[in-house]
Amino acid sequence: MNKKRDMEVPLMADLAAKNKTPEYLLWVGCAGSYDERYQKVIQALIKVLNQASIDFAVLGPEESCTGDPARRAGNELLFQMQALSNIQVLNNYKIEKIITPCPHCYNTFKNEYPALGGNYQVIHHTELLDQILSDNPSTLKSLDDFEGKKITYHDSCYLGRSNNIYDPPRRIIEYLKGTLNEMGRIKADGLCCGAGGSQMFKEAEKGAKDINIERTEEVLKSRAEIVTTACPFCLTMLSDGIKAFEKEDDIKVLDIVELFEKPDDKPAS
Amino acid sequence: MHILGQILFTGIILFAILILYRRIRFITSTIRLGKEQRIGGDTKRRWMNVLLIAFGQKKMFRRPMAAFLHLLIYVGFIIINLEVLEFIIDGLSGQHRFFAKVLQNWYPTETGYNAFYNILMNGFEFLTAGVIIACIIFLIRRNVLKIKRFTGIEMTRWPLLDANLILIFEIILMTAILTMNGADQVLQDLGSEGYINTGTLYISHKIIVPMVENLDVGQLIIIERFCWWFHIIGILGFAVYVTYSKHLHIIMAFPNTYYGNLAPPATMNNMEEVMNEVKMMLGLQAPETGMQEEIARFGVKDVTDLKWKNIMDAFTCTECGRCTSVCPANLTGKKLSPRKIIMDVRDRAEILGRSVTKDDEGSLFDHISKEEIFACTTCNACIDICPVSIDPVAVILGLRRYIAMEESLSPADWNMMFNNIETNFAPWKVPASDRFKWAEFMVPNKK
Repeated sequence: MNKKRDMEVPLMADLAAKNKTPEYLLWVGCAGSYDERYQKVIQALIKVLNQASIDFAVLGPEESCTGDPARRAGNELLFQMQALSNIQVLNNYKIEKIITPCPHCYNTFKNEYPALGGNYQVIHHTELLDQILSDNPSTLKSLDDFEGKKITYHDSCYLGRSNNIYDPPRRIIEYLKGTLNEMGRIKADGLCCGAGGSQMFKEAEKGAKDINIERTEEVLKSRAEIVTTACPFCLTMLSDGIKAFEKEDDIKVLDIVELFEKPDDKPAS
Repeated sequence: MHILGQILFTGIILFAILILYRRIRFITSTIRLGKEQRIGGDTKRRWMNVLLIAFGQKKMFRRPMAAFLHLLIYVGFIIINLEVLEFIIDGLSGQHRFFAKVLQNWYPTETGYNAFYNILMNGFEFLTAGVIIACIIFLIRRNVLKIKRFTGIEMTRWPLLDANLILIFEIILMTAILTMNGADQVLQDLGSEGYINTGTLYISHKIIVPMVENLDVGQLIIIERFCWWFHIIGILGFAVYVTYSKHLHIIMAFPNTYYGNLAPPATMNNMEEVMNEVKMMLGLQAPETGMQEEIARFGVKDVTDLKWKNIMDAFTCTECGRCTSVCPANLTGKKLSPRKIIMDVRDRAEILGRSVTKDDEGSLFDHISKEEIFACTTCNACIDICPVSIDPVAVILGLRRYIAMEESLSPADWNMMFNNIETNFAPWKVPASDRFKWAEFMVPNKK
């Protein structure tokens, strides 16, 4: 597979000009657009999509916040402005299927936009990867070797409890022959990273400790060498937690899709 | 004597019914203080939830020890009510052990007692003993082991007393049944008139009979009758008490799980009035004339701004604290406790429910602080674990809406985030024009 093809990012507007509609829209999200660390996740995802010959495009400059953080913080008016504008854009392009790596965007598209007139089939990137691995595994090869590597997975609340996606990320780890070292609180009992409900965008309220520290203690207890997650906010919170314990050299924090990257391309946490 | 007893009994029953009727009216009208909300559809799934979550206590079994003990009390409670039915028939008709007589007449046996009635009564006695043991263990868990779940800022004097009262009440009621049966059996052996042969009732025979067998007939009758009256008046008193107590869940669990949310838990309710406003602003919808309905209030300031289901939630809560025990904010020492939010809703709803005008100077904010409201991560762990389908997050988010839209008093960080979304279309202070920069080096042929 040549490098240029791997890195190709088709734009929705360009395809529309040629009268083409891709099968999927890849919704990058604000973290993927602006957060340097999470941009790496998007790059890894785009490589994987190209390798598996997924027919996709991105909105690029036309993308905007889904409105989720505004809504969770109580600003319904701002949410409605964002959501209705987005729905206009999406419907103009006749988008039917959306892939997104962000569980908060996922939840908003899937469960909240329908009431506003936006109906899409929404697929989280871990669901897509899991699907590719079961249908067409030859198209997707990890460039790393996880045989015997201890990997743990942190459930994102908006993916897990809220949308029942527990197994696809775990199946991917197993497929890559990693040893899944589960934490104490997982799946429906999973502990939040502390960023949900717009906490990502404000100082924590007074308390005994930060939530991500509580969660990181559990991550460290799992004795995993890699902690994976599938949410940009969880990734930030866990990376900060690992840094707070000065364990960056012992344990990497990766998004599930980054398991397909070459070992030296993988960012250190 | 019999006639006087019957009249007294009938009077007591009618009095209890009257009080219960008034309490039920108060509770239903208080729930109706909430905004109208149509909950329906998918009736099959709703009944399944009632069957599995309420009746089957599915969610309780995530904590097996508490679930098992709770199951003992629950099964005991339901089945022992069959015996209460006999109590009521006996009391109204002035008989003793109506079912024993009916069964014995219908199928007379040589042993002198009906085997079915004997098995039934022995079954009740085993359950009675099970209830007593479970209640004692629960009391130990609360007061000796001091399990963390039963503490917290909201667990003030009344909630703690309430929990203990219920357990003690049940132990006393159950002891009365066993004592009554014990005295009854000695009276049967002495051939006292009216005491029909029940056959041996093992538990009371083993424990109570040795304590009372040396008493004379008069004393035994006094004990037996006292326990009988004590039990039935106790049950009726308990029924009334329950309506003031957290113990109301024994009834409310059923409607509350029926009306429980079926959508994915992270789905926030859509504010249609805001949506329509924005649609008009964006030119997506023509302004509708004549339909200019004044929006009373954005978000939740008081229980009257909540939906009725939110208030039903509050009357269903039995303050078990599972929600608070899994809340990430509470676990890390923040002030937020989902149980407190729900208890506050009930307290406030009862205040408004009692007021004649349904309007006073107060609001939910007298009970719930902003610090609590702002600490929620909307992780939905509290909703997921609640054994009776209560949703504390809906209340918190409703209050946030009021703070953001009516007061503009959200935390400064959030106001900044709102600003960023408005101007940069991202929650951070980043230029909107940089949104697609991430792809620049990935698309070598672009630009």
